[in-house]
Amino acid sequence: MLKLEGVSKTYKVGAFARQDLAAVRDVSFELRPGEVVSLIGESGSGKSTIGRMILRLTSTTSGTITFGGKDIATLRRGALRDYYREAQGVFQDPFSTYNPVFKADRVLTMIRQSYFPDVGDADWRTRVREALAAVSLNPDLVLDKYPHQLSGGQLQRLLIARALLLDIKLLVADEVISMLDASTRIDVLNLLADLKERGLAVLFITHDLSLGNYLADQTVILRRGSIVERGATAEVFGDPTHPYTRTLLSSVPRLGERWTDTELEHGPCRYHQLHPDGTDPAGPALAAVGDDHFVACFALGEDRKCGQP
Amino acid sequence: MLKVEDLRVYYRSLRGDVQALDGVSFSLADKEIMGLVGESGCGKSTLGKSLIRLDGRMRHVGGSAELDGETLPIADDARMNEFRFRKVSVIPQYAMSALNPTRRIGRMVRELVESRGIRFPTVRAELDRRLALVGLDQDVLERFPIELSGGMKQRMVMVISTLLNPSLLIADEVTSALDVSTQKAVATALAGFRDHDLVRSMIVITHDVSLVYQIADTIMVMYAGKLAEKAATDVIVSRPKHPYTQLLISALPEVGVRYDGKRLVGIPGSPPSLRPAPTGCRFRDRCPLAFDKCAEQPPFVEVEPGHSVACWKAS
Repeated sequence: MLKLEGVSKTYKVGAFARQDLAAVRDVSFELRPGEVVSLIGESGSGKSTIGRMILRLTSTTSGTITFGGKDIATLRRGALRDYYREAQGVFQDPFSTYNPVFKADRVLTMIRQSYFPDVGDADWRTRVREALAAVSLNPDLVLDKYPHQLSGGQLQRLLIARALLLDIKLLVADEVISMLDASTRIDVLNLLADLKERGLAVLFITHDLSLGNYLADQTVILRRGSIVERGATAEVFGDPTHPYTRTLLSSVPRLGERWTDTELEHGPCRYHQLHPDGTDPAGPALAAVGDDHFVACFALGEDRKCGQP
Repeated sequence: MLKVEDLRVYYRSLRGDVQALDGVSFSLADKEIMGLVGESGCGKSTLGKSLIRLDGRMRHVGGSAELDGETLPIADDARMNEFRFRKVSVIPQYAMSALNPTRRIGRMVRELVESRGIRFPTVRAELDRRLALVGLDQDVLERFPIELSGGMKQRMVMVISTLLNPSLLIADEVTSALDVSTQKAVATALAGFRDHDLVRSMIVITHDVSLVYQIADTIMVMYAGKLAEKAATDVIVSRPKHPYTQLLISALPEVGVRYDGKRLVGIPGSPPSLRPAPTGCRFRDRCPLAFDKCAEQPPFVEVEPGHSVACWKAS
């Protein structure tokens, strides 16, 4: 449904924009209906830029993003509005998404003004109630309230309800639960799981590996703008192959397992074992190490030459 | 050795006092790293701040804190100055922005120690040794804060805060803004300070139980301005007695857990308003075990050696 092919983004930085900063380099992956893909990376890995490019909030420098077969870069006016009917985003900080001067349910009213001007009052109220029920919010507790009267979890769920009012097929969830408390974040995660069961595709962007793992069918690990490893979640988490993925996994604090100081043994570069002449820039970016498991060269993004096998 | 007795700190607001910290009593042994966990608004940062500096909105209502046999003059801002930095030190929540952007770091440290009446050359050698301990190069002293990464700034603030070997160090959410790999380095460095006897004891405030599990000896859980439970780290994680702790720990997603295999559940409801705080157990409304007696506030009592709980069902 959503397909990224060789997507790159270069920002101009420095005085007079003389320097190039490659935020995203040659990223390709796919998102199918009813599938959750988690995009995991540390700060500066380009994960949010990818989410913004998918939502057309930022343009791509090269590569194409297609949604239902159509290149989204070519969408204009009506076609773009139709795209937003199907693809919506929810972002990290629910408090700054709302205008504190207006009541929080204004975000729902604005959807009606832009997309459903012909829907009658009674019909609209039913739709709002259905959307709120889908995110387990009690309409009496959240409608007609100002943002400061609601909790972070309620505001975040209200934003998801806003997206559900449109008949969306794709939700870009950028760090949606990082700001929430442990006791409420699991509810938002379960909500995303329920939406996925209903056929929604979710791009779950996070820096937290344990959260990504809970939902995702597919996992994409990003480092400095490039994909270092991707594949089925069970494969990537069960048999992490790239040294970066392994470092990340070993650094995650876990309950019941203390950090160890043992150096990770990386072994020979799996990419170059499979593609011995893979220094060719035209070669595949990722080598298949399993059925649904791909890994990049171990030296990708570093200044050293890959040590070969 | 820190001893806190029935500490009460309220926030002034136009609509009455917020009872953010209400009758907190605990002690911290020498060499102990205590993780202080709880959700936003539970009073964990208020507790940390009360032990070093009350800001303008905070009012000390009652109770005392004693450090190594000396009473901390919590309510007296001027007299607390003697203790700050030397006896009690803090790594603030936003250490990233705690460094003066207009000074080279070395000069800032010099001004800071000289403001405490200490000549900089006498601590210079120690400063270099500590930088090495947290894995920073001496060159950072010549740099401006903007030239350092978030993790480097965080470690720099750690070195400055502990330079005078405080007896008590309060680390407030020091790793929450960092990436996982940097987080590990910073948290390990924090534990290293205790291991090298540079600080006597430490309170690590965080919302992340799995992080303090890595470095803390004991964990204390707070809920809505009250203590819920304190015990050794392993006990809190494997045999918690307070229903809030139990629910909180079971709501944590772990690497390897998936929604279709083992669906986790959150805690329904939200914490009560503390303006004013409700009577009785503050977790009552969300607690699956609540019964009549919970209308009365349960005391925070030791139910096993080293394990204190505030719940009628636990004792």
